Amino acid sequence: MLAHSLFFYIFAFIAIFSAIMVTASKNTVHSVFFLILDFISVSCLFIMIGAEFLGMIMLIVYVGAVAVLFLFVVMMLNVAQQKKQWFSSTESSKHIPLGFLISVIIFFELIIVVGGWKFKPDVVSSISLSFNDTDISNTHSIGNVLYTDYIHLFQLSGMVLLVAMIGAIVLTFRKRSGLKRQSYFSQISRERSDSVKLIEVESNKGVNIDD
Amino acid sequence: MIDIGLGHYLTLGAIIFSIGVAGIFLNRKNIIVILMSIELILLSVNINLVSFSIFLNDLTGQIFTLFILTVAAAEAAIGLAIIVVYYRNTSDIDVEKIQSLKG
Repeated sequence: MLAHSLFFYIFAFIAIFSAIMVTASKNTVHSVFFLILDFISVSCLFIMIGAEFLGMIMLIVYVGAVAVLFLFVVMMLNVAQQKKQWFSSTESSKHIPLGFLISVIIFFELIIVVGGWKFKPDVVSSISLSFNDTDISNTHSIGNVLYTDYIHLFQLSGMVLLVAMIGAIVLTFRKRSGLKRQSYFSQISRERSDSVKLIEVESNKGVNIDD
Repeated sequence: MIDIGLGHYLTLGAIIFSIGVAGIFLNRKNIIVILMSIELILLSVNINLVSFSIFLNDLTGQIFTLFILTVAAAEAAIGLAIIVVYYRNTSDIDVEKIQSLKG
């Protein structure tokens, strides 16, 4: 139990620290790396409390796909270096204390909710469905529920991914002008009569090319 | 302090959520960091759902976390595509200069 709590504090500290660094670091590439660190530590926490499947999916989806996508876009757009100073005293940065205030208020509201949970925990647990089967693993039980009770939502989430993929392709696709491509059909369908013409040139008249 | 309960995980989720909200407000840089703050917020929601699911012995929370993961991936892809298109048009994604809608 001691090791469990020790590891919880280590991973929680890493997660909070890297979350702060995501928002506070000057270089965008660094903040993407801290986002990756945050995802990794949270997935370690998930694995620690027994949600192994979600921890692994978190690693694959977030670290393997989303964070690499972020990194790709940051490096492609050449916006990595931050030119402006942090917390500069321009008139546009006067909403910074307001932002701090709002986030602190949200934090304390969430803490109040957690405290209420701590003092009377049996309110929600009485209405929750019990799923206590120690024989099968976490992945097995998720599969049991996901492909039976939630199959329609599962298919709908596949549709969401499909629509997102089509949308991303349509948004970033562009026809470039000035690009010389081969047009096979017009090349093959070219006839001798379309392109070559025999002309009788009279003497001392010359040829009018524009005909 | 030694016994790790549900409250610890919920507090961690609350802290990460507040950091994400603060990151949206405090950001003076490009839009990509704002998208990353949104990812942080979704991550904290996932922490809450998974910890409730584990401590209440109810698998529904983990299923919902899977769906949130799907939506987050789709949202990141669409958002980054919009950013790429915007950068191609204006060659700048500074938050302060994005004001063509005069909002």
